[in-house]
Amino acid sequence: MINTTNLSKKYGNQTVLNIESLEIPKGQSFGLVGNNGAGKTTFFSLMLDLIQPTTGNITNNGIHVNTSEAWKPFTSAFIDESFLIGYLTPEEYFYFIGELRGANKADIDSLMANFDDFFHGEILGQKKFLRDLSKGNQKKAGIVGAFIGNPEVVILDEPFANLDPTTQIRLKAIIKDLANKQGVTILISSHDLIHVTEVCERIVVLNKGEIEKDIQTSAATLRELENFFAGRSTTEREMA
Amino acid sequence: MGFFALYILGSLVLSGAGLFFLLEKAMPGEDPLMVVSQYLIYWILGELFLRYFMQKLPVMDIKPFLTLPINKSDITHYILIRSGLSFYNFLTLFFFVPFVIVLIAKDYPVMPVLLWLISILGIVLSINYINFVINKSDKALIFVGTLILGLYAIGYFGLFPITTYLGNIFYALYEYPVLTLVPLGIALCTYLINYRFLRNRIFLDATLRKKTQEAVTSDLAWTKRFGTIAPFVQLDLKLIWRNKRTKMQAFISLAMILYGLIFYSTGDYGPTSTIFVFVGIFMTGMFLSNFGQFIPAWDSEYYSMMMSQNIPLRKYLESKVTLISLSIVVMFLLSIPYVYFGWQALAINFACAVYNFGVNIPVILFFGSFNKKRIDLTKSALGNMQGTSATQFLVLLPLMVVPCLIYLLLKSLVSFELAIGALCALGVVGIALRRPSMDFITRAYRKKKYAMVAGFKEKNS
Repeated sequence: MINTTNLSKKYGNQTVLNIESLEIPKGQSFGLVGNNGAGKTTFFSLMLDLIQPTTGNITNNGIHVNTSEAWKPFTSAFIDESFLIGYLTPEEYFYFIGELRGANKADIDSLMANFDDFFHGEILGQKKFLRDLSKGNQKKAGIVGAFIGNPEVVILDEPFANLDPTTQIRLKAIIKDLANKQGVTILISSHDLIHVTEVCERIVVLNKGEIEKDIQTSAATLRELENFFAGRSTTEREMA
Repeated sequence: MGFFALYILGSLVLSGAGLFFLLEKAMPGEDPLMVVSQYLIYWILGELFLRYFMQKLPVMDIKPFLTLPINKSDITHYILIRSGLSFYNFLTLFFFVPFVIVLIAKDYPVMPVLLWLISILGIVLSINYINFVINKSDKALIFVGTLILGLYAIGYFGLFPITTYLGNIFYALYEYPVLTLVPLGIALCTYLINYRFLRNRIFLDATLRKKTQEAVTSDLAWTKRFGTIAPFVQLDLKLIWRNKRTKMQAFISLAMILYGLIFYSTGDYGPTSTIFVFVGIFMTGMFLSNFGQFIPAWDSEYYSMMMSQNIPLRKYLESKVTLISLSIVVMFLLSIPYVYFGWQALAINFACAVYNFGVNIPVILFFGSFNKKRIDLTKSALGNMQGTSATQFLVLLPLMVVPCLIYLLLKSLVSFELAIGALCALGVVGIALRRPSMDFITRAYRKKKYAMVAGFKEKNS
């Protein structure tokens, strides 16, 4: 689904991202972990053609993202609050995205019914603009906005941050369901190793812009990641 | 910011310095200081009215101090004194200081004049602090509004020489310098009222709570007729209506329809003067330039989303064109009463509207592609120059000056009719070329996309 070749991004002579090759097959739930400045958001921004690659390219379903816009109809994302329109109510925001993605009001209403317990009664019908919601509730609205219009690729940057525990658990169920049952390719980044190992089939560790590890998630993954980030030598290195 | 601020300050200083001579000429035999005193009340009330919209006590700024080891009374004094030093207060001084300098140059006694200036300062500060008191209720605003209209009406219909009485009172500030203590006393009292009010309410759930307005939604069904661009038109209408700065600009644009009266009513120019083309372009194109020059920066807060969502750039731009076109039509319709000043006025305004429609819309959209400065919609309305740079003002020049030059040239060389015809023809050509020009503009926006996304993310620029 998503192919990355020789991708790099430099600011001046500082390389912030350098990925020789990365392939993400359709329907995979893909996790990106790394410390601040590892290049996670840069990678997502490149995927969305919000910044220009210095070298290389990304194809999304065979489409070069920086030369054609044809990837937009089947790709959706929530990166940060700049994906929300502050002066709309959540409902208006969802309807607006629906209009952009070919879903009418009835479609949106029925989709929203599925997210009732995710919203926990704090999003819909509040007569509040998005800018007046709390950070956590803004995030919920943004994440659900990214699920509108049956996208084939969903990109979520730090979706678990700022969410309350109940919503985190619900979000994990939603993501698993989308990837496993509906064949949606989901890319998420997270600082929370537990969440990401629980949700993602595959986890890539970025460190200073380079791919450090590429792991198919197993029972041992969490330990492996914890060791890596704690700076301890991993079992793998010991074996080598 | 710099450019516009300098312009404003420059005009204030100039008008302050020129006021004396203007009044001397307009009302010979009267003491200009007396005339100023008579109209002082309008200035006070007008400023209260304007400040109600523009100036709020920035209480949120003190949040970070709450947990630091500082007395709450110190915090309160700090925020109130800081507001006394605000930009708005200095604006008035930029006007009155030159005026006072002229007075002294004209052999008014130095001491009383200086004390009069201090009285003015006291009044400014009183206005400053009274504003924070009335800011808490809309009723106070309505009261001030009716007071202005009422006073004006009383003076206009000659019911009661109210301005003369009030004029005498304000003039007394000059005649009896000791009275300077009165405005200073009022300033102090209003300060203390604010202090007592605030001091006990510095809590997160009292004064420092962010006020949220209840969202009133409407589905704007009539926009459906715009077809595929309807959602964007709806979005833009909500943008304008739900954000202070844009709303203010819409109102200003509407009010600008009266701008022509200044020139038409004096009648010194003859029916076909070039100044009327300037006025016509200005009136029918006020929204065009006010709103258009900041496209796409209005959407800067969520520009990444707009660029990664399923939005063809072309549609996005076309919806802006639709909105501006609508505004031109509305402004032209509103300008029809100018026919009272002769059919030429109507012809000029019509030609200007067509010219704006055909030529200025694509021009301003094109210049929009150079916008890289973020606009925070939540920031307050007037006096907010965010997103402005000198380019914005340079853009306005060709918009307004070029049609004037064309008109002037053709009118003096050939005839009025041909000049009007030429402006219309240019507009029609522009409309005919809409498709290729929009292609060109869309390409320009696409090329600048990355710079815009990056620029709009930068806060405090």
